[in-house]
Amino acid sequence: MTTLHQSVKQTEQHGPATGLTRWLYTTNHKDIGTLYLWFSFIMFLTGGCMALMIRAELFQPGLQLIDPEFFNQMTTMHGLIMVFGAVMPAFVGLANWMVPMMVGAPDMALPRMNNWSFWILPFAFGLMLSTLFMEGGAPNFGWTFYAPLSTTYAPPSVTFFIFAVHMMGISSIMGAINIIATILNLRAPGMTMMKLPLFVWTWLITAFLLIAVMPVLAGVVTMMLMDIHFGTSFFNAAGGGDPVLFQHVFWFFGHPEVYIMILPAFGIVSEIIPTFARKRLFGYASMVYATASIAFLSFIVWAHHMFTVGLPLAGELFFMFATMLIAVPTGVKVFNWVATMFHGSLTFETPMLFALAFVVLFTIGGFSGLMLAIAPADFQYHDTYFVVAHFHYVLVPGAIFAIMAGAYYWLPKWTGHYYNERLGRWHFWLSFIGVNITFFPMHFIGLAGMPRRIPDYALQFADFNMVASIGAFIFGFSQLLFLYIVIATIRGGEKAGDKVWEQPTGLEWTLPSPAPYHTFAEPPEVK
Amino acid sequence: MRVSALPLLLAVAGGVPAARADWSLNMTPGVTEISQAVFDLHMTIFWICVAIGVVVFGVMLWSIFHHRKSKGAQAKHFHENTLVEIIWTVIPFVILIGMAVPATATLIKMYDKSEADLDIQVTGYQWKWRYQYLGEDIDFFSNLSTPREQISNDSEKGENYLLEVDNPLVIPADKKVRFLITSNDVIHSWWVPAFAVKKDAVPGFINEAWTRVPKPGIYRGQCAELCGVDHGFMPVVVEVKPQAEYEQWLADVRAAKAEQAAAAQQEISFDELMAQGEQVYNRACAACHQVTGEGLPNVFPALKGSAMVLQDMAGHIDIVLNGKSGTAMQAFRDQLSAVELAAVITYERNAWGNDTGEMVSPAEISQRTAASATE
Amino acid sequence: MDAMQRKNLRLVRRLILGCLLMFCFGFALVPLYDVFCKVTGLNGKVLNVGPVSIGGQDLARTIKVQLIAVNNEGMPWLFKAQTPQLEVHPGETRKTAYLAHNPTASRMVAQAIPSVAPSEAAQYLHKVNCFCFDQQPLEGFETREMPLLFVVDPELPSHIKTITLSYTLFDITPKSEQHTELIGDRSTTRRIWL
Repeated sequence: MTTLHQSVKQTEQHGPATGLTRWLYTTNHKDIGTLYLWFSFIMFLTGGCMALMIRAELFQPGLQLIDPEFFNQMTTMHGLIMVFGAVMPAFVGLANWMVPMMVGAPDMALPRMNNWSFWILPFAFGLMLSTLFMEGGAPNFGWTFYAPLSTTYAPPSVTFFIFAVHMMGISSIMGAINIIATILNLRAPGMTMMKLPLFVWTWLITAFLLIAVMPVLAGVVTMMLMDIHFGTSFFNAAGGGDPVLFQHVFWFFGHPEVYIMILPAFGIVSEIIPTFARKRLFGYASMVYATASIAFLSFIVWAHHMFTVGLPLAGELFFMFATMLIAVPTGVKVFNWVATMFHGSLTFETPMLFALAFVVLFTIGGFSGLMLAIAPADFQYHDTYFVVAHFHYVLVPGAIFAIMAGAYYWLPKWTGHYYNERLGRWHFWLSFIGVNITFFPMHFIGLAGMPRRIPDYALQFADFNMVASIGAFIFGFSQLLFLYIVIATIRGGEKAGDKVWEQPTGLEWTLPSPAPYHTFAEPPEVK
Repeated sequence: MRVSALPLLLAVAGGVPAARADWSLNMTPGVTEISQAVFDLHMTIFWICVAIGVVVFGVMLWSIFHHRKSKGAQAKHFHENTLVEIIWTVIPFVILIGMAVPATATLIKMYDKSEADLDIQVTGYQWKWRYQYLGEDIDFFSNLSTPREQISNDSEKGENYLLEVDNPLVIPADKKVRFLITSNDVIHSWWVPAFAVKKDAVPGFINEAWTRVPKPGIYRGQCAELCGVDHGFMPVVVEVKPQAEYEQWLADVRAAKAEQAAAAQQEISFDELMAQGEQVYNRACAACHQVTGEGLPNVFPALKGSAMVLQDMAGHIDIVLNGKSGTAMQAFRDQLSAVELAAVITYERNAWGNDTGEMVSPAEISQRTAASATE
Repeated sequence: MDAMQRKNLRLVRRLILGCLLMFCFGFALVPLYDVFCKVTGLNGKVLNVGPVSIGGQDLARTIKVQLIAVNNEGMPWLFKAQTPQLEVHPGETRKTAYLAHNPTASRMVAQAIPSVAPSEAAQYLHKVNCFCFDQQPLEGFETREMPLLFVVDPELPSHIKTITLSYTLFDITPKSEQHTELIGDRSTTRRIWL
């Protein structure tokens, strides 16, 4: 087993390999971070194309472009790819790049496992996407794959879907183990836990969430596999099982999963706002405690996704109250960000614009989340476009905007060049307008009564659907601008200094830009 | 309180021509006491969120405009204040308690278990609903009645496009009606927004929901849980009638049933059977086997040129009546009348160039169904 | 092996153990869920089976018991309750039956799955004997009466006046055909029509 020390030494002597093998065999956290980020961007565009197909079909009532069977495959694959292929790997990529530099470590604690955990992903998603070309088509039961639609009634490709989920689960778990080991064991001397940057803190908590719930996801798909192929009846009522059990186990994974996709975003935003407000983050300690309490609460609220399955009154009340409680720590976070800006000295570079949009739009998503938590009202909202609007507000201008903000924030550190600020702002405003045109009307069509996951709809929903589709195309195509900006920045641009921004805090800004292939071979001293 | 909120977006989207639709922004207040309570709760929470939003975004915007570097703002270096932090933890908590009280009260009202005047068993099927009135011999299926040409954009869409059915559920006004909801295959969800009733239909399990509708009228909803390819095409339509009209309807349904039974004993010409068969086929079979009878490769078998249809008449009748276990082919014995069954089988045996020239009479069908009903 | 590597390995071992435990926990949710259902009556699962001793009848109260029959997909049997609605006193043992007829020419095996609404009532409905305890085979064109013996617990909360008991009939023929000898106690059933 190559130790971290050996691996650092070796490459220090030889430098990075050239050509394809550099990427295939790399154990360097920066290379692997880059791989993760490119992979997630490719998946983001793939899932985005699927979303555009959905929106194109929903542009007008009636069936025009794709048939309902393919429509269902698109909604399913869009969800799975965006959650497991775009958002999660993007955060892991950012963690790979930044966590060692932020804690003053030479690399990730387990470099070979790091390589492995990335290279599983392309195979997992290759397998997943190949189901589109299989007989009977790709999975068509929604990304939540409720039994028995995903077991007894599933297309044969469900088995491949299960293996793909297993593979990405293993990849996530290995990534999480690596991040925990790096943070707990490789901190530079003097870097105490309560001095850790918030991005590191939020990722540490996220990694523990991953370790806790990805195995449960693995368990639930294994039960599906056994039901489909080995004659067990976990979810089949005929054999004494229960389809509702599936939903309980799935959401026991699923709700913490939602926070896995948002906690690192909190961390990124908590890094960016202080830099551009030129002021320390307000309430560092309460941010850490709020993150931890959100993570804890995420384990006891899962059944709020299931208010209509016929829970007893006591169950509904418990899950309603527990869910409402999450508003408290989340509120603390938002208040802290606002207090950080208050009486700061603000400038509005692209990362800050994305971070500000994050705070506003994520809060709107939080409000609709609070409304959804109210069980009696949820009987009207459940499984409508109101829910679609809610989770897209917390995931697109939430998680994705935070990733974009992070990318712009750290690009100069990664590449040694500033991105083109004018184009960056164009990208921001196009995305911001596109996102709101797409998802805000979904609140209205949801409240008016349009169920989610339908390929065709009644006439009273027509106008807002048309608006949403137009917004989706604006948002989708503006991401090509992002691609251009990133490539242009890699190739050249204004040279960035060590600090990049005016007054950033953190060890990563003590390093040269671009960050050398090996950093902190000798740990820095943190005062 | 009943004002539609956020007319803001109307202005933004105003450029798009309002074709046939309304720019409905808000949840329906519905027609029942419960739906009204839910609507009020929704609006209360909404306005609380708006108020919090105004304060939070207000402070944020204030900072953005007044504390910007370009205006010469200098950062003030405060970064914690225990008192403030405690206050903004406690205040949201108090607000949440304020929300939880009416929410709990409404929820308890919804879980009322008092005696119902009428119990109806609602069963979800891929992709239709079945309504059975307990204690009455009334039992029927409710299918989407929007013509296929409207869905494929070959004809003008009607007013209630995708929200219309052949047999709506009929319930008496101002009576407590209890719905016992279950499913025949996958999970469905029975939803009527005007009643604020949404309950999942889970195979093997029974769920209950209830409503009391004071106002007669026609109320429309849809299946709310993804249940397969035609999930978007299984609406719920409920017709609420005053007691007297409801009783008249009961009598009419019974009379129609008796008439059907009588019709099954009469001779029907081949052409009539074919004409009716085509209608029945397009309504009940075409979703899977397709209007062309060609099915979908590897998903739904073709009937055109099928060995069973061309040769095995007994097998053909059996599969239509009893379905085929382990496949999507349902038993149509309870779903169609004897005449309809005879018509559709005759149609399948002679359409799309199948031309067997064979005909099945309603009497033959009712003999087979009657034999099995002798109890 | 340096100290750091040992430290990492120890941590990795613990984390992997954590993962394994959570994987097992996922499966442990299955029995935990049953316990949860029993306590809360979730989903109307009827878990009270077999003989019970209930002291005394409560003649002052009358409970309406509705019996519902549902056929799951692909189940062609005719299946219905002999008496769709019964009035019972709590504590009184009542006997009733469901009727089943196999309209196909071939032998089939069915399993009935019970469910109770309202779900809170599930724990107060005791089944002394029920056709749902066993798999039920029927020859082609055979009809049978399938008995059900139940008691409503006098402890039933007073606000519940109606209990609905539903049976969903599933076709399990392909699975059980290999071991038909083991199942189906014919002594409890009676042929009434052939």
